[in-house]
Amino acid sequence: MGSVTATVGPPTDAHVTPWFRTFGAIVAAGFRRHATYRQAAVAGVVTNTVFGFLRCYIFLAATGAAGTVAGYDRAQLGTFVWAGQGLLAVIAIWGWTDLADRIRTGEVAADLLRPVHPVTSYLAVDLGRAGFAALARLVPPLVVGPLFFAVYLPRHWATVPLFLVSVLLAVVVCFGCRYLVNATAYWLQDVRGPMILWTLGSGVLAGLYFPLGFLPGWLEATLRYATPFPGILQIPLDVLVERESMPTNLGLVGLQVVWAVLLLALCRLVQRRAERRLVVQGG
Amino acid sequence: MNVIEMDGLRKEFTVRVRAGVLRREKRTVTAVDGVDLRVERGEMLGYIGPNGAGKSTTLKMLTGVLMPSAGQARVCGLRPVADRTRLALRIGVVFGQRSQLWWDLPLRESFDLLRHVYRVPAGAHAARLTRCRELLDLDAFLDTPVRQLSLGQRMRGELTAALLHGPEVLFLDEPTIGLDVVSKQAVRGFLAELGRAGDTTLVLTTHDLADIERLCRRLVVIDHGRVVHDGSIAELHRRYGSRRMVVAELDSALPEPPVLPGAPVQRVEADGRRLVFALERASVAEVVAGLAGLATLRDISIVEPDIEEVVTRLYASERKGPLLTPGV
Amino acid sequence: MEVRGALRAYRSLLGAQARSQAAYRTSFVVDLVGNLGATVFDVVTVLVIFGVTRELGGFTLRETLVVVGLSSCAFAAADLLVGNIERLPRYVRTGLFDAVLVRPLAALPQLLLMDLPLRKVSRAVFGLAVLLYALASAGIDWTPGRVALAVVAPPAGVVFFASVFVTTATVSFYWVDSGEMANSVTYGGRDFTSYPITVYGGWFRALFAYGMGFAFVSYHPALALLGRADPLGLPSWVGWASPGVAFVAATVAALAWRVGIRHYRSTGS
Repeated sequence: MGSVTATVGPPTDAHVTPWFRTFGAIVAAGFRRHATYRQAAVAGVVTNTVFGFLRCYIFLAATGAAGTVAGYDRAQLGTFVWAGQGLLAVIAIWGWTDLADRIRTGEVAADLLRPVHPVTSYLAVDLGRAGFAALARLVPPLVVGPLFFAVYLPRHWATVPLFLVSVLLAVVVCFGCRYLVNATAYWLQDVRGPMILWTLGSGVLAGLYFPLGFLPGWLEATLRYATPFPGILQIPLDVLVERESMPTNLGLVGLQVVWAVLLLALCRLVQRRAERRLVVQGG
Repeated sequence: MNVIEMDGLRKEFTVRVRAGVLRREKRTVTAVDGVDLRVERGEMLGYIGPNGAGKSTTLKMLTGVLMPSAGQARVCGLRPVADRTRLALRIGVVFGQRSQLWWDLPLRESFDLLRHVYRVPAGAHAARLTRCRELLDLDAFLDTPVRQLSLGQRMRGELTAALLHGPEVLFLDEPTIGLDVVSKQAVRGFLAELGRAGDTTLVLTTHDLADIERLCRRLVVIDHGRVVHDGSIAELHRRYGSRRMVVAELDSALPEPPVLPGAPVQRVEADGRRLVFALERASVAEVVAGLAGLATLRDISIVEPDIEEVVTRLYASERKGPLLTPGV
Repeated sequence: MEVRGALRAYRSLLGAQARSQAAYRTSFVVDLVGNLGATVFDVVTVLVIFGVTRELGGFTLRETLVVVGLSSCAFAAADLLVGNIERLPRYVRTGLFDAVLVRPLAALPQLLLMDLPLRKVSRAVFGLAVLLYALASAGIDWTPGRVALAVVAPPAGVVFFASVFVTTATVSFYWVDSGEMANSVTYGGRDFTSYPITVYGGWFRALFAYGMGFAFVSYHPALALLGRADPLGLPSWVGWASPGVAFVAATVAALAWRVGIRHYRSTGS
């Protein structure tokens, strides 16, 4: 068993393997649970497709005679919009209130009794959900879009793998933000305020309503480096359409890693504070 | 005069069942399967049956929420779906698990709103509310928002809400479900009082047979959408051979259970010191006399037939097949 | 007498809804602000897009703002009055729908009044403000006809969007999980009407603009107000068709609602 002491369990195989097995099992359960909502997925795909048409036409109209706008050509905008519509469901940008609901009803106490840390288990469920969404929601717009619009196909061999990594990180970053927003329920009676702020802010700051490149340069840079929002949508999409060079793209994904780690750490911190409060005040 | 008439009332639902990965099959489920019933003014009718027997579906057809697939219904001489709004003025409805009240408003305001919704003259409204306040003890929580009421308090509010426009017929779907003993008593007492007055017809579905025993002279048992019994509770016992029991406590056990004519032993308990006899032809006196010669009696008690048991047996025999002829 | 009684009943339902929402004062204020934000961002999006282009589909920012104003004013007001009908599946699930059916009033007005989202008032006011600003700054050559159109077109748009909300909500009588799909026509229609339809192309434009009639909410009235010929070639009187189109839409919605309720009654979903 090696050097296992009473206080510190170093990450030996004996600890890590079961941890991964548990994590994997929760991911798989999350996937299966969401796979049962097939009709809702169909309805969602139809909606994403309609908005894909709308946004695509509007952004293309902005390219004017030059055929480019803010560093995107028409094909790049096509890919940006349609992949973005697919990603919306993968990152689950809106509508996740599971944690807040469980806090409000007090069911969250059951989560604390489990041997897995709440942040970890919610993240695992969310990754499972994202996995199903990647199949059911990301693929259809990527198929439909090119039938009606010119789209950009990545040229560098490393772009697609990097995009997939970036999407995974986007799910984690988005999850971290949603978890924090939901966790305000530990302190607030009604979480609609934070929820509304999140819904409004995330859509516009993540690059859904318009590519952030449409904003003045200083504002885009501030958003990029000082907030996690571009990391949930804009960065993966920019990586996919190769708006910038490969080294820059690697840097952007690195930025996502930083935000993912920061946010998860913050989630754990908030969770610990909340638990202490629960223990002291008895909910 | 009949307040409610149902002729061959029938309701079918089409459900889609997953039959493979993408294939779906349509299947027809008959919830109510040809019900004929007449209910007279002032009657109190208990409508019972197991889950999914078609009780609530029948009630929904009578109140205009659902359209019958076949057959027809008349309530107060009106067609429930076609004359829905006119009928609504003349009936009261309580769905046990659904609320008619305004969640965030004090009970008093819900009542006031219903006065406008049902266009009740202020005087009549006030008189009925006063009576309900007395009988249902509403005063303590009249100014509490509905969301803060206990289930029992809320149900008392629901009853009041359903009666404020002076309905001729009151439909109650599971009015005592989930209530504590005290609230159940209060609700039953109130409904019994309402029945005694005699001008309101009451139709009540329930799981709780105690509701029926307390309130309804007439009992309709429905199973698989069909009426399997329609009559008094006593008739039900008679038809399905439910018997009173005599429980005899003896000082010491007998070597073997005694044979008494007309009163077979049903159970032997407490190591033979407690014997349960079913009264078939024998009277209680005959059983006591017969036993007295064989053993020392410590105690004797008589158990009335249990309606729950009868109904369970009724459902079971219905399932097995046509052992019994369905009710009229 | 009968009608007056019913009106008084509806007014009471509205009052109850107002008092219910007043019970959550803080949330109400938060929602008021949040809902304002949603419409503000719609307008901001248009401004940002005009930050990178001088023209959109052949229209300048000032001209486009008239389109935006007509659209957001109509949508926000319709969303306030009728938008919550998208919660129909919830009404069915919680039994509110059945409760409404056993009352002596029409079902649709009851549902709308009992769940009227007063917090959306802020959006409607903002939408109106945008419209007024756009009309004032677009350099419109005001004639009596144009004044009349400016008065008639927004309510026609409200009726049109309200009809779209009701029609799409009836889909959930047949398909309970269709929730999000209605958004593609309601919110999709709002986005569609926020830009001149010259921006769109092909069958998609034909479907939304004339198949469903969204072109008559903002685009054609805006052309008539601005005195511009339609780049797509329709005559200028088409701008006046919006009340007629709204009437047709309302008829379709009423029909869809009736058929939907009948279906509910025969399936008891």
